[in-house]
This record gives sequence, structure tokens and C-alpha cells, in this order.
Amino acid sequence: MDASRRLFIRNGVATVTLGLAAPEFLTAIAEAQGIPSRRLVVVYLGGGNDALNTLIPYQDGAYYSRRPSIAIPAGQVLQVGTDAAGRALGLHPRLGGLRSLFNEGRLALVQRTGYPNSSRSHFEAGDIWGTANPQSPTGSGWLGRYLDTLSRPVDALAAWNTTGDTPRALVSAQTGVPAIANASTYTYASPNRGSAALEERAAAQAMATNASASRPHLAFVNSANLAAIETLDRVALATSYAPTIAYPTSGFALALRTVAGAIARGIGSKVYWVQTGGYDTHAQQGAGAGSYGNLMGTLGDGLAAFYTDIRNQGLANDTTVIVFSEFGRRISENGSGGTDHGAAGLMMVLGGMVRGGLHGTAASLAPGNPTLENSSGDVHYETDFRCVYARALDQWLGVNSVPILNGDFRNGAPAIF
Amino acid sequence: MSQLDPDVDHLLRRAGFGAGPAEVEIFRDMSPAAAVAHLVDFEGRPDDVDDRIGRPDHARVSVRDLFSPDIDIEDARQRWLFRMIHTRRPLQEKMALFWHNYFATAYSKLAADSGETQAAKMLAHKPGTLRGPQGQIELFRQYALGNFRDLLLEVARDPATLVWLDGKSNTRARPQENFGREVMELFTVGVGHYTESDVYAAARVFTGWNLRGSDNYRQDEYGDLNAYQEFVFNADQHDTNPKTFSFPIYANGERTIPARSESAGLQDGIDLITALAVHPETARRLARKFWQFFVSEIHPPDPAFVESTATTYLQSGTRIGPVVYRLLSSSWFTDPSVLYARYSWPAEFVVRSIKEVGWQGLSLDKARSPLAGMGQLLFEPPNVGGWPIGAGWFSTSTMLARANFAATLVTTQKDNLAAAFQSEATTPQGLLAAMLDRVTPAPLDADPRRALESYLIAGGPWTGSATQVATRAAGLARLLVASSEYQLV
Repeated sequence: MDASRRLFIRNGVATVTLGLAAPEFLTAIAEAQGIPSRRLVVVYLGGGNDALNTLIPYQDGAYYSRRPSIAIPAGQVLQVGTDAAGRALGLHPRLGGLRSLFNEGRLALVQRTGYPNSSRSHFEAGDIWGTANPQSPTGSGWLGRYLDTLSRPVDALAAWNTTGDTPRALVSAQTGVPAIANASTYTYASPNRGSAALEERAAAQAMATNASASRPHLAFVNSANLAAIETLDRVALATSYAPTIAYPTSGFALALRTVAGAIARGIGSKVYWVQTGGYDTHAQQGAGAGSYGNLMGTLGDGLAAFYTDIRNQGLANDTTVIVFSEFGRRISENGSGGTDHGAAGLMMVLGGMVRGGLHGTAASLAPGNPTLENSSGDVHYETDFRCVYARALDQWLGVNSVPILNGDFRNGAPAIF
Repeated sequence: MSQLDPDVDHLLRRAGFGAGPAEVEIFRDMSPAAAVAHLVDFEGRPDDVDDRIGRPDHARVSVRDLFSPDIDIEDARQRWLFRMIHTRRPLQEKMALFWHNYFATAYSKLAADSGETQAAKMLAHKPGTLRGPQGQIELFRQYALGNFRDLLLEVARDPATLVWLDGKSNTRARPQENFGREVMELFTVGVGHYTESDVYAAARVFTGWNLRGSDNYRQDEYGDLNAYQEFVFNADQHDTNPKTFSFPIYANGERTIPARSESAGLQDGIDLITALAVHPETARRLARKFWQFFVSEIHPPDPAFVESTATTYLQSGTRIGPVVYRLLSSSWFTDPSVLYARYSWPAEFVVRSIKEVGWQGLSLDKARSPLAGMGQLLFEPPNVGGWPIGAGWFSTSTMLARANFAATLVTTQKDNLAAAFQSEATTPQGLLAAMLDRVTPAPLDADPRRALESYLIAGGPWTGSATQVATRAAGLARLLVASSEYQLV
């Protein structure tokens, strides 16, 4: 659910200004902006994660009656205790790695995150989480606005997007974010060799430096073109990284491995964006096994490998991971053994400085309960997702969240740090 | 620039895939109006392009043992690229690409559900040798400029859609909302013009719109290439209760689809699809999509264009042909400000660069992994909303994928380029001018033009030697195709 698409269509060309300085100078800027320092890794689960099968209210009878074929049996859940409302909860059986981190106090589970009048559209909901603006989900993203607070000129690798296109959250008025989907193909080929190839690359860089003020759309493509050429050499540094442990072979884990490489090599990016898809489980999602189980395995094994690697490198205390999805899913399963689009979801926060545990309270899934909405079809939100963003901005990245979020969401923020 | 009238060039970039040698021949002396008619009235010309696969003087395809584009997705991708390059009906292929993005359906989910062979067949089967319904892309070719209401109805019954949006398991006891939601959100009226209760009602409308396998079809067994799945209306799985919507379903303003017997229940879906197709918001939404696809992505849709186009659409009985014909003939389309005001889709970029640079000895399989890197693997849109078109195509890694494809393409044509440009390369300026007759980026400002001229003599003073021309013509072609200017169409 790429969130950027609508921006460009609705608002025309984003104005992106990139530092035009030479790469070695940019490294100096990156250092001046503080290496090593805290960084935020944002993980997006594309499609709308079925939060009720991630963190399972395994003593809620309505959970089982409303999900006859996809409920996780109580005996299979990985118990994580009871929340403040006394509701017993357990993680999906394929999240063993995350349960270990939970037991170590490094994983916070923020229940029932959402916002008023939850959108059930992938695209609108994705824009809402990206802009942090449910009323008017257009324009720049919350992480983009954070990046705009960094002192200028900003490092070309101030943020690092591991997907091919720019998610809404990273859309910025002043800061270009390179997309580095596969660091090993982040190279520049030529039909020629030797000096002719080098001259060609220099000419491409010179062409892309053209400001083309009268054609902002051309300037926009030039900015991507130039940022690509200017970041080639530093990205190559990260690809030579040898991790301390073996990562799973999923695309998600490989993206996290690239992030770990960038962190360990001191690239200095403040924000990393990682996403993994397949969460739009309308049909045949399975329970402990099956397609949803595979999603959980990919997620949990990837995150656990990443955290272990970072910790082995002594970098866990400078790294926080936030996991979110654009909405939760309906409480009752549908006729296809799946779940349709719902409302409140689950956020996860992971890191060496995170205050782990169960935050917020689970819904009670019996029809008529006030923790539900939409004729008891969906889970109603308890914690505004912007409160979690606010806490990450204020307490982790050390900036004032109020202007970035266009409002004060510091009250009611879960104590995740 | 190129050897054609600039307005015809513009038309071919938008309503086709640019001008290769064949188009230069056909359109050289044609007026823009005649060129529009030629593109729109494609039915009169033979659809013989597939027969030319494997012929000399055409791009090549790579085959493992037998070229099987009806049942192998990689071969289907090569066939489609071949068609875009060599078709005599460029607008038909362009519209097929438009509808593929509009009704975006991805191979991977179909393959996970029904196996790779059946998935490829559901998307790309061209009836002729194998049994079974035509693939989804053939539907888009058939209805390229056809009636939108009919196309929407065919899409609703299309096997690929029924797997992709889970309609195949939409039953009376447990209605499935996926198709019911997307048919309103993405295929017709758009967010803001339907309610959550409309989603529930739409799901119930399409209960029983399922699939059945042919006698030789077995779940999880794909040996029989003649096996297939097809649409079936399971009357006993249809919810016969009335369904009420927030918008009119019938011409008299009635908002409720009446209770019907099971056997008559198919009519519910036909009524809803017809109502959605003639909804004014659908007309406007299509108009905005056409503005972005044909006119401009840097100017917001002109409200007068939207209203005029929506009116044409509704007055012509939801036919797309008159809409596109009027659009391409309009002053909105030919306004100088919209020249090069679109961002080329990766498939457009790849096809146009091949048509302009050359294809001798080039296998279209070489475009497969680059297209994935550029963000547009055909038959694999990221989700039902389609690709992130417009500026969303461009990031550092997708730009590198374009630049690196340009290098791959030019490398295969290095000798041809050297031979073609030797006589005009007496000066670097002569080489640049000749190259710009063939490779057509948006106009170059003075600075990038100087950067190109400097590149041509960066290795030493110009001599025009065969070696120098071979090296610099290749480098120049690559720099032009990889330039930001070339990404605009």
C-alpha cells in the first residue's frame, strides 16, 4: 500500500531540494549531525494486519465463537501475561523470537491503536498513518516533517528507504530520501569501460545538477537522479557488511540486514523504512499455521534476527523499531476463512531502551461491548496512534512533536521509553 | 527532435509507445487529425503482431524449451513487451496497459491460490490452442476502447478477479467484502461516495458469483494444460434479500435492489454494476484518470475537462472510444504546456527506448529484472490500487534501474549505433544532433547540453575515428536514455 502515489497526483510535484555537495562533504555533515546517535526503524505491515491473531485474547470466549476456523487455540499462544484490564494475552505461536524479547523487557505491545472514524480503505488509511492527519491526509508525512527539522544542508542519506518507492510517511518538503531497495544492485553500469565509463557517470551527474527552475517536474526527476549518483559510493560501504548472525532469507529479513549494515557501517541515517506485505488476508488465512502463520514467521524471525545482530554490535541502545499497519481487521471471520477490513490495530515497539510490556487494554469481543464499534464488528481504538509517534519524536529522537504532528499528543502517550 | 510533426510525436508518446522506424514510416506525412483517427480506428488493421514473434528484424524472446505465453508468466511478459514494440495497433496496447493498472491484478496471489500454470492462464491465455476462457489481458485488449459498463461486468466475472478479490468464496452465509468494496472504491465512484453499509450490501449482491473448475481441473494439480476455471453463478449461495444502497440503483431513483428468487439472483450484480457505471462520480473519476494518463500529471485535471469528458462518457452510453477520441482531438491534449508533462511508466520507458535505440539481437527477457527494479513488473502490480504512477515512479533505486537498463540496451546496440552515426559524426555537434533525431528526451536546457558536448570530447579532441564514434555514440545514447528529460513523455 504505497502511500506516496496519491500525494503526487493530488498535490503535483513535491519540492525536493537536495544537497549538491560532494559525497565526502556529506559524510562530514552526517557526522556533524551526530554519529553514533539514535535512529528509528519504521516497519510497515502492508494490507492491514489482523491484530487479533497477532496478540490473542485467548480467554475471551467471543474470540473463539466469532472466529471458528481461524482462532489460535489457547494452548498454542505464547502467553505474555495480563493487561491493565485483566485480559490474558498471548502472541501468535510463530512469534517465538519476539516473545523472548518481550520477556527481556525490550518489546512494547501497544494495544488498540487507531484514531476516530477509522478508514477501511487501504489507501486512505495508509495516507492517514503516513501524514498523521486523519482530517486531511494529504501533503508531507510525519517522518518527512521530522527530517525537515534537521539542520541544513542535510545529509543525502539522512533517511534510508529500503523499498522502491517513497512511502507517504517519508514525503518531505525539503529532504529527499533515497530508496535503496537492493543495495547490491545500487550501482551504475555503462556500455563502455575505463575512463569513458567514469566520464559518462560524471556527465550524468552534471546533467542532473541542472536546476531546471522552469520545469519543477524535471527538477524532481533530476533530484532522484542526482541523489542516486551521489549516494552510490556510501551505499556500497554498507553492502560489504558481514552480520554477526545468519538472517532468514525473506525479503523482509534481507532489508533488515541492509539496515543493520548501514547502522554498523556508520552511515548515519536517522530513519529507516522497511515494509513487508501480504497482510490483506481476506481468505484462507489459517490459524497457527497457514498463510497468516507464515506472515508471522517472516515478521518475528526477521525482527528477532535484526535485534540480535544489532545487540551483538553493541548498537541496540541506539536503535528503536516501530511496527504498524494501516488498520486491524474485522473481529468475525468471513466465509472465506479470512477477515475483512477493520479498525483499531496493534503497534509494536522494540529496542534496547524500550520499556517493554503490555500497554493499553484489549477489547472485549462480545457483541455490545463498549470497546467495539461499527455494530460490534470492529475493535474501537483506545490509544491514538499519534500519541505513539509523539513519544517517539519527543523521547527518542529528541525533537518537539507538537509542530511535527500539528497538535499535542503527548498526553495519553504510552510509556514506551 | 524526431523526424515527425511534433504534435504527432506527442500523440505517439501518449496514445502509443513512441515512434520507432515503423511509426516514422507510417506517420511521416500524416496530419495530427489523421494520426488520431489512425490510432483510434485500429480495428481495421490486422492484429497479427503475435505471428511475428521469432521473425527476423524484430526483437527476440528467450525461451527455455517451448515459448508458452499462454501458460508461463515470464513468456507472457515477453509477449506483451513484444506487442508494445511491434504492434500495428499501439493505442490498443496502451489501453490494455491502462486497464491493467486500473483493474490491477497480480500474478503472485493467483499462483499461490491456483498454481503457476493456471495463474498465467487466467491472466494471459489467448484462445486458440488451449481450452478455457481468455486471460484477463485479452479482456482488456478486447474492451480497450469498448463499453466501460460491459468491461466492468466482464471484470466482475473474470476468473482472475474472482481469485484476486476473493469473490470465488463469497457465499450467502458469510459474505466476502473484498470485491464489493473495491468495485466502489477503486473501479467506480471512489472514496467519499459510498458508505460502510454499501460495502456490506455490495458483498451480498455478489454472493454466489464464484468459480468452477473444468472436469479435468484439480486443485493443486496442474498437469493438464487444457484445465481451467470459469465463472459460475451458484444460485443456492446467493443472498436473496433486498439490498439498499446510499445511491440510486435504478433510473427512477430507487435505491433498493429487490428481493429475488435464487435463480434470478444474478441480476442483482448486473443492476449494481450498471448503476455504478452510470454514476456521475464514476464518470468524473474516469475523466481524471484519463487526464493523468493522456494529458498531464503536472497540471491538476481541468474541471471543464472533467465535466466535458464525464458528459461524453455518459451520453455515449459509457463507451470509452468516443471519450478517448475526443480527448486526443481536444485543445487540452495539444496545449503546448502539456508536452512532456507526464512521467513515463517503466513499461513505456523500456518500450520507447527499445523502439528508438534499436532491438537487433536484443532479447526482451533482458528487460524483466530491470522492470522489476523500476517498479513495474507486468502482471504484478503492488496491490489492487495499481502502481504508484506519476512522480511516485522515481526514487534513487528506480532511477538507477532505468539508467542501468539504458546501459544494457545500448551495449547490445553498440555496433549498430557506431555504423549508423559514423557519417554524421564529423563533429561532436553533428553526432549529438543526429542522435537527438532518434532518441527523443524532453528539450534539453543549455547546461545539460553542454555536459553532453563535454562528454563527447572528454577522452580527447574529436577525430571522428571509428573507435571514438563507437565509444561516444554508445555513451551518448545511454546518457540521453538515462537522462531525467527522457523520463518525461
